[in-house]
Amino acid sequence: MNTVALSSATAPAPVRTRLSWLNVWTIGALIVGAIVALPIITVIVIAFTPGDDIWSHLASTVLPVYISTTLTLMIGVGVGTIVIGVGTAWLAAMCRFPGKRLFEWALLLPLAMPAYVIAYVYTDILDYAGPVQTVLREIFGWTTRHEYWFPEIRSTGGAVAMMTLVLYPYVYILSRAAFLEQSVGVLEASRILGRGPWRSFFSVALPLARPAIVVGVSLALMETLNDFGTVDFFAVSTFTLGIYDVWLNMNNVAGAAQLAGVLLVFVISLIVIERLGRRRQKFHNVGGTYKALPGYTLTGWRRVFAIVACVLPVGMGFVLPALVLISNSITYFDAALDSKFYQYALNSVLLSSLAALLAVLVGIFLAYALRLKGGRFLKILVRFSSLGYAVPGSVLAVGVLVSLGKFDNSLDAFMRHSFGLSTGLLLSGTVAAVTFGYLVRFLALSFGSVEAALEKITPNMDGAARSLGHGPWRTLGRVHLPLIRASVLTAAILVFVDCMKELPLTVILRPFNFHTLATFVHQYASDEQFGEASLAALAIVGFGIIPVIALSFAITRSRPGSNGQEGTQ
Amino acid sequence: MKKMSKMFRTAAFAVSALALYSGAVQAAEEVNLYSARQPFLINPLLEAFTSATGIKVNVVYLKKGMLERLKSEGMNSPADMILTADIGNLQKHVEANLLQETSSPVLEKNIPAQYRDAKGRWYGLTTRARVIFAHKDRVKPGEIKTYEDLAAPKMKGRICIRSGKHVYNVSLLASIIAAKGVEAAEKWAAGVKANLARKPQGNDRAQVKGVYQGECDVAIGNTYYMGKMATNEKSPEQKDWAKSVRIIFPNQEGRGTHVNISGAGVTRSAKNKANAMALIEFLSNDAAQKIYAERNFEYPVKAGVKLHPLVASWGTFKADAVHLDKVGSYRTEATKIMDRVRFNN
Repeated sequence: MNTVALSSATAPAPVRTRLSWLNVWTIGALIVGAIVALPIITVIVIAFTPGDDIWSHLASTVLPVYISTTLTLMIGVGVGTIVIGVGTAWLAAMCRFPGKRLFEWALLLPLAMPAYVIAYVYTDILDYAGPVQTVLREIFGWTTRHEYWFPEIRSTGGAVAMMTLVLYPYVYILSRAAFLEQSVGVLEASRILGRGPWRSFFSVALPLARPAIVVGVSLALMETLNDFGTVDFFAVSTFTLGIYDVWLNMNNVAGAAQLAGVLLVFVISLIVIERLGRRRQKFHNVGGTYKALPGYTLTGWRRVFAIVACVLPVGMGFVLPALVLISNSITYFDAALDSKFYQYALNSVLLSSLAALLAVLVGIFLAYALRLKGGRFLKILVRFSSLGYAVPGSVLAVGVLVSLGKFDNSLDAFMRHSFGLSTGLLLSGTVAAVTFGYLVRFLALSFGSVEAALEKITPNMDGAARSLGHGPWRTLGRVHLPLIRASVLTAAILVFVDCMKELPLTVILRPFNFHTLATFVHQYASDEQFGEASLAALAIVGFGIIPVIALSFAITRSRPGSNGQEGTQ
Repeated sequence: MKKMSKMFRTAAFAVSALALYSGAVQAAEEVNLYSARQPFLINPLLEAFTSATGIKVNVVYLKKGMLERLKSEGMNSPADMILTADIGNLQKHVEANLLQETSSPVLEKNIPAQYRDAKGRWYGLTTRARVIFAHKDRVKPGEIKTYEDLAAPKMKGRICIRSGKHVYNVSLLASIIAAKGVEAAEKWAAGVKANLARKPQGNDRAQVKGVYQGECDVAIGNTYYMGKMATNEKSPEQKDWAKSVRIIFPNQEGRGTHVNISGAGVTRSAKNKANAMALIEFLSNDAAQKIYAERNFEYPVKAGVKLHPLVASWGTFKADAVHLDKVGSYRTEATKIMDRVRFNN
């Protein structure tokens, strides 16, 4: 029979390990964690270099605006992504309605759409000169903007809408996977005990999926905090915009790093609060009969509602902007098809794949080292090293830049001094530097997904494997990896898609004469010549959706018992 | 200097001819450039340089973080020169001691003194004026003559402008500080803010679009955007935006219109200094200045270079003669004023 999670569990009996193995994992994790943490530490060090005080000026002028705007944005995007992400995930995982198979993967598509791209598209459609307002004016005979009210797209609300539309897939993908991984026994038990679909959802499925939902929402929120393109275009005064202002306009890197540090502390507090909230809960699926999920068959208005709920996010977050991009690409085809376009595409794909692979390997290694023996220090270090996601991209790039420069120049000085030969800059300004930057930035994605997935595997499993004579490597390879492969794949694809869209690190760290699709888009977008950039933007989206669709099918397949047969893990 | 670069050019020619002959593709000479100007803007110039001299130009295009990158790479940096827009950006690199002193009779002859550093650490290559675009009917001739007029009560609800924190607006405000002091500048910024038709947003073109659509009567923008809109075959609707406004060069009876530059400098770490100087000199010569004028509708710094006919049709104007170094030094203060008057909020 099924015994079920969410018990207030005591810590499982420690797994006996041989000391030598333990050391490889712990020391390795310490070293890797420290290397990845270096750029973030560098940012903090920069914050403490003496410079003009910016706080009294900011506090008396725009700081309150930065804070309130940023909080509004976070709450808006948080609520929006949870409602759309969890809602559609539940529909796609548990309900039966026409088009469900299509929506399962289509709901992921907006993930490939950069936020600044849909911001451009919707501004063209919705601003005063756009088709919507023009038609309204023609219908009602208005002539100036003062005669009627229309929501301003370039506003905090507009930014919330844009970011929600492209970020909800983070919540969708992780909560859907979580719903699918839930043992059907839990839901059966719930229904046997007399709960209907709604109450089962709220009192059983939702709390069980909480770790996954939290990871999804925090990824979405960190992306929100990080965003520069959209808020800059909309002139919404967020904290991040303030950081850039202090850095570039007031020429005060230390001040910018201080603001970034405050942002980090804020993010850390949120994470800690959430963890405290569920510190007594364990989420292992202890028993394990999985069979095809029952699936609530929807009828009548429920069916219509489900379809509309799935069509809207996909249509607005992907289909409409993609159509605009396609039409622009046709208009601007000659200008857009740079002779080296294919080279740029190749650069993007290779670099993103490499970074995805690296991020996943490091993520698995760190998460597993923590599972084997999570000393307090190691735990803190690893969590710290995955904070790169919460530091605004360009600021993090400076952290990477400075730490690599320091390393290169110290090594060079040492080699000159000792051997009389110069090594010059080994890493700075190379593809390796860009890849390292991606790793620092996106480790949170891979580490977070892997850790959340491992959390669901009962330690009894480890115990069994180990007592049968498997060491940690083989246990990982033969027991854990097969169990978490969907999450690993998810992590790899999230990192890949994010690297395809990534801009600030690529721009600042790259070698001479090196372009990716994103930097190619950037040169035109920075001059607001968006038409010329459409083809490359479309290519980013195109390369992004292929793995995203593949991922969706893989997740559906990965669920134990998805073929309808009863299976035991 | 001139002799040297000539020697280099001759040498480069010889080598590239040899390379061609032997079928090799590798350039013998190169110069490494960090550029904050978009590749699509500067590539035609760089290609012209390479075909004239045989010197290959390697580019990293980076807008933010150029200074930090140069700093952290130190004397090992591969960069020989930088290319960037706005005096503030050039000055930051001087203050961080990243640019070296140079001298060149060619550059001293081609570039007026107010548009280059006295010690040759930076050279302005193009200028652009920040002007007022006024609706042809809704703004009467003579109604607006100065930047100061924009802050007058009669302009209430009639102005469109991009973010007050954008480098172009910060520099404009800095030029007002240079002319009239901090207090007057703050009053001006507050006055303009009170007259805005909408929250600052979009780029300079979007402001003209706002005028065209009736959201506002005047917009503030850089001259070259007018050229880009008026000749835009790809988005012909922009021609209509451009047609709806006329250009007012402000403060013609006073200090003149605010002008900013894009420019270049040689890094302290330069390994190919001679090539870098050759490139800057090349960019200041007639042919290159003409490309700047024709492709990007900017004003050449070199006297006597023909303007794009469209740019010429806007007429001549008197530029603010203040040395740009002075404007640059007020940028931080200008940024803070924008905060104090809550320009964007």
